[in-house]
Amino acid sequence: MPKLTVDGIEVEVEQGATVLQACEDAGAEIPRFCYHERLSIAGNCRMCLVEMERSPKPVASCAMPAADGMVIRTNTEYVKRAREGVMEFLLINHPLDCPICDQGGECDLQDQAMAYGVDTSRFDENKRAVEDKEMGPLVKTIMTRCIHCTRCVRFVTEVAGVPEIGAIGRGEDMEITTYLEKALTSELQGNVIDLCPVGALTSKPYAFTARPWELRKTETIDVMDAVGSNIRVDARGSEVMRVMPRNNDDVNEEWISDKTRFIWDGLRTQRLDKPYVRENGKLRPASWQEAFAKIAEKVKASAPEKMAAIAGDLACAESMKALKDLMGALGSANMDCRQDGAKIGGKGRAAYLFNSGIAGIEEADALLIVGSNPRLEAPVLNARIRKRWLEGGFPVGLIGEDADLTYDKEYLGAGAQTLKEIADGTHPFARILQVAEKPMLILGQGALARPDGEAVLETCIGIIRAAGGVSADWNGFNVLHTAAARVGGLDLGFLPGEGGKDTNAILEGASAGEIDFVYLLGADEIDTARLGNAFVVYQGTHGDRGAHRADVILPGAAYTEKSAHWVNTEGRVQLGERAAFPPGDAREDWAILRALSEVLDQKLPYDNLSQLRAALCGDAPSFEMRDVQPQAGDLPQGGTREMADAPFHAAVRDFYFTNPIARASKVMAECAALQSVQGEGATGTNG
Amino acid sequence: MLKDQDRIFTNLYGYDDWGLDGARRRGDWDGTKDIIAKGKDWIIEEMKQSGLRGRGGAGFPTGLKWSFMPKESDGRPHYLVVNADESEPGTCKDREIMRHDPHKLIEGCLLAGFAMNANAGYIYVRGEFIRERERLQAAVDQAYEAGLLGKNAAASGWDFDLYVHHGAGAYICGEETALIESLEGKKGMPRLKPPFPANAGLYGAPTTVNNVESIAVAPTILRRGATWFAGLGRPNNTGTKLFCISGHVNQPCNVEEEMGISLRELIDKHAGGVRGGWDNLLAVIPGGSSVPMIPKSICDDVLMDFDSLKEVQSGLGTAAVIVMDKSTDVIKAIARISAFYKHESCGQCTPCREGTGWMWRVVERMARGEADKSEIDLLLDVTKRVEGHTICALGDAAAWPVQGLIRHFRHVIEERIDSRQGAATVAAE
Repeated sequence: MPKLTVDGIEVEVEQGATVLQACEDAGAEIPRFCYHERLSIAGNCRMCLVEMERSPKPVASCAMPAADGMVIRTNTEYVKRAREGVMEFLLINHPLDCPICDQGGECDLQDQAMAYGVDTSRFDENKRAVEDKEMGPLVKTIMTRCIHCTRCVRFVTEVAGVPEIGAIGRGEDMEITTYLEKALTSELQGNVIDLCPVGALTSKPYAFTARPWELRKTETIDVMDAVGSNIRVDARGSEVMRVMPRNNDDVNEEWISDKTRFIWDGLRTQRLDKPYVRENGKLRPASWQEAFAKIAEKVKASAPEKMAAIAGDLACAESMKALKDLMGALGSANMDCRQDGAKIGGKGRAAYLFNSGIAGIEEADALLIVGSNPRLEAPVLNARIRKRWLEGGFPVGLIGEDADLTYDKEYLGAGAQTLKEIADGTHPFARILQVAEKPMLILGQGALARPDGEAVLETCIGIIRAAGGVSADWNGFNVLHTAAARVGGLDLGFLPGEGGKDTNAILEGASAGEIDFVYLLGADEIDTARLGNAFVVYQGTHGDRGAHRADVILPGAAYTEKSAHWVNTEGRVQLGERAAFPPGDAREDWAILRALSEVLDQKLPYDNLSQLRAALCGDAPSFEMRDVQPQAGDLPQGGTREMADAPFHAAVRDFYFTNPIARASKVMAECAALQSVQGEGATGTNG
Repeated sequence: MLKDQDRIFTNLYGYDDWGLDGARRRGDWDGTKDIIAKGKDWIIEEMKQSGLRGRGGAGFPTGLKWSFMPKESDGRPHYLVVNADESEPGTCKDREIMRHDPHKLIEGCLLAGFAMNANAGYIYVRGEFIRERERLQAAVDQAYEAGLLGKNAAASGWDFDLYVHHGAGAYICGEETALIESLEGKKGMPRLKPPFPANAGLYGAPTTVNNVESIAVAPTILRRGATWFAGLGRPNNTGTKLFCISGHVNQPCNVEEEMGISLRELIDKHAGGVRGGWDNLLAVIPGGSSVPMIPKSICDDVLMDFDSLKEVQSGLGTAAVIVMDKSTDVIKAIARISAFYKHESCGQCTPCREGTGWMWRVVERMARGEADKSEIDLLLDVTKRVEGHTICALGDAAAWPVQGLIRHFRHVIEERIDSRQGAATVAAE
């Protein structure tokens, strides 16, 4: 471990650390533009210059490996002058249009010019002007402001894996561009907005709507997929203005997907802001009392075995717990949190979690993906796989639908036949898993949401067990969920009870008239035509499929509007916080159920959130530990039951339309429309 | 003056056959096998003893550079890369070697490659050098045919393949790491150092990049001995050197001369003297466009080698002597050079990208007198803020000519500004 002296302070840093990191360890602040911890080192902005003893020139601290005995100075006149010089060069061709720049108030250039620059300009020539580039509906460009740090280029090339941004031209004529002026095809492109240290790349949907200092910032959790990305929701008044990532090395590092980032316009449109009841085939606004009375009337007329509840993909643990208790009090065992009919749960936690952990991907040395397209189902997790793949020595096999995952993979086959061959060891990839020390298997919902899903699950467990992928310190069996609510629902047992019906049976029963009361907790991803003549209560946030079919609508709170828990695909319990209030008469979901329970004479035994949460922990002890990836317990044994030959389909077909909020978002619609135009095979002459 | 028997480039002017027969007649490929038989260490030690300093401009000792290569391979191949991207304005020496004496270079590649454990060498030829590349390729083909390259090259037991690669004509690709990037098929932008090429160069493998002239003189040094080479010139500035004399002289030429020859003798003996006589001399840029110019007063007795020119705050560079007589508009000349560097800056790092354009615009205005006298010091300060703050030496190369101008011809700039202001006053009246 090299020891060096920074401003007279001796520090010891890890082998391979840079001088910049050593300076930070010593408490010296080093300004930078191009350097970013999660990207390769470019060393081009020259802002991080420091003085190094025995070096005739100042050195770029971001690129200089720390070595034993180095003497670094960061606070001398020499360093100050070097920084002023670089600052001056950066500013001579940078427009001073801060008053009309969206980066204003959170601009690295602005901040560092204040701290390290001088207050006058000596540049008497004309400033450079650069034509703006088209980068699609999400990223707005004002390229005159670009300082050529190449963070965006490095991000899309290294992390996103779509090398679609680059620099053309030379010297002062160098320009950052998408080459062909077409939209980026990455699901992670929004991150370049955060990475851009100036206002060259800004958010197009957010443009000119707010200033950072006007926004109330709330740290919370994303529910667009089952990764549980840590986010910060910025709101002004009752409106969410934007969503930004928060750093969490174990989950999303500091990236979020475009759906997570740009979903906020969907929170404003198509909202259910008052209760509705259906009269003469038409929905009309009603009071809470009316709505509850109507439900009570129908419940009274029904029987426990004729009632059912389905929880949707965005439901929080608290609301599912309340609904589960209510159904239990009513005596019904018909409930399910698996809208897609995935054959999962009931085998212990380890059989439905992402056991290796998202950060654990970096330790793995071989990967088999079954029935999943992680790029669409969990873009941030996919970036982690790519990060591991870039390190080398990471063979990836894919069974299911073939797709471009941004890293090289071997396409093994479409379905169960290939899986069987790997299970009995006749397929060459079985050997690859065998020799790997920490093999991984990712099982997607596409392979589970089918009648033989349980057999697929058992076969996969068998494969990873046979490959030595389950040991005391490594569990290579991973289920990749697509719904933020799913693991929470499985944990707290929002599943058919004794003799109860699952989603498919509920829908079949409703079609056949055996079920006459269905409670949908934000469940929109079911075939509502199969609900038959059942009386449908829809509690949710958006006027989507479920609400269209409903007989009573109870307006709930979206994920940014309540304090609630979600459990990500790893089994990590995370708390989301309220960033804004629900619109109109809409209420927090657990409170709606608690109020309804009183009308139904089945009063739930909790009067506030903490009592509810205590009850939740009683049901599922995993809720006691927040923000950690819990020990999942033992993985069951595998099996070799017969599987159908049908190919595995991907769980996510249309990335931009996976949930009711996304379907209400205009930005998501634009992205989806663009994707279909730019789709495979498009050459630029066909659209 | 260099004696004929001490000349290395005996076909510099192309009077003799460039091909293998001619080269053999001139002594090339003579006993190559025996030199290789003496071993790697002997070759490197001999090169060190000869005192040869890199002929590409920076003057780094060649033998020392070779010795930086790892002695044993760690599994990665070693590479020799020859920098034939000769683009420094005023310089045209490597071109003549490739045209008229290509076998000196090829033999040098084999010897250098052997010394540094490389089984493959690449010659990166400047984009504009079409005929030169064709000639060089033809010579390489001859060498392959004669068994001097390839498996068991020159019956030495050493396998060595040599590839001629064509650049696309960017000045920055003459910077060794940008050259490597370009050779790898990427955009020619200098890399950060460390790591240096000897640790991680071409395709991440240990690599040494040498100038054409440095490699081409190696066989002769190894044949005639380090003592012979070290006996020419002055201590620390030994041997012979190709000088390219251009500008306001009666006979512009390339000539091989002893290091440390006086500038005046060089110009008078070989270039037919300054146009209009020595007293008509204004200034000389002694080492290619990137070194600061020196006025006549210094030219009178300065010696042409690395250390002497460094003492007068200039440099030997590529030894491209650009002579300017009193008819020269010296500010305009530097403005042209500044325009060149602004055009060739790769755009990667801030001081060079932004600074070269700024310097050029100010010098351009000064050439017209449209400036304020206070801007002279501003300009000087800008050059100091570019110099030493960049990833590669192009920033320095852009700053030095301007510094040289202000150092020696500040009065000319001031006069220009005065006369313009005077004219403006008259016009206003």
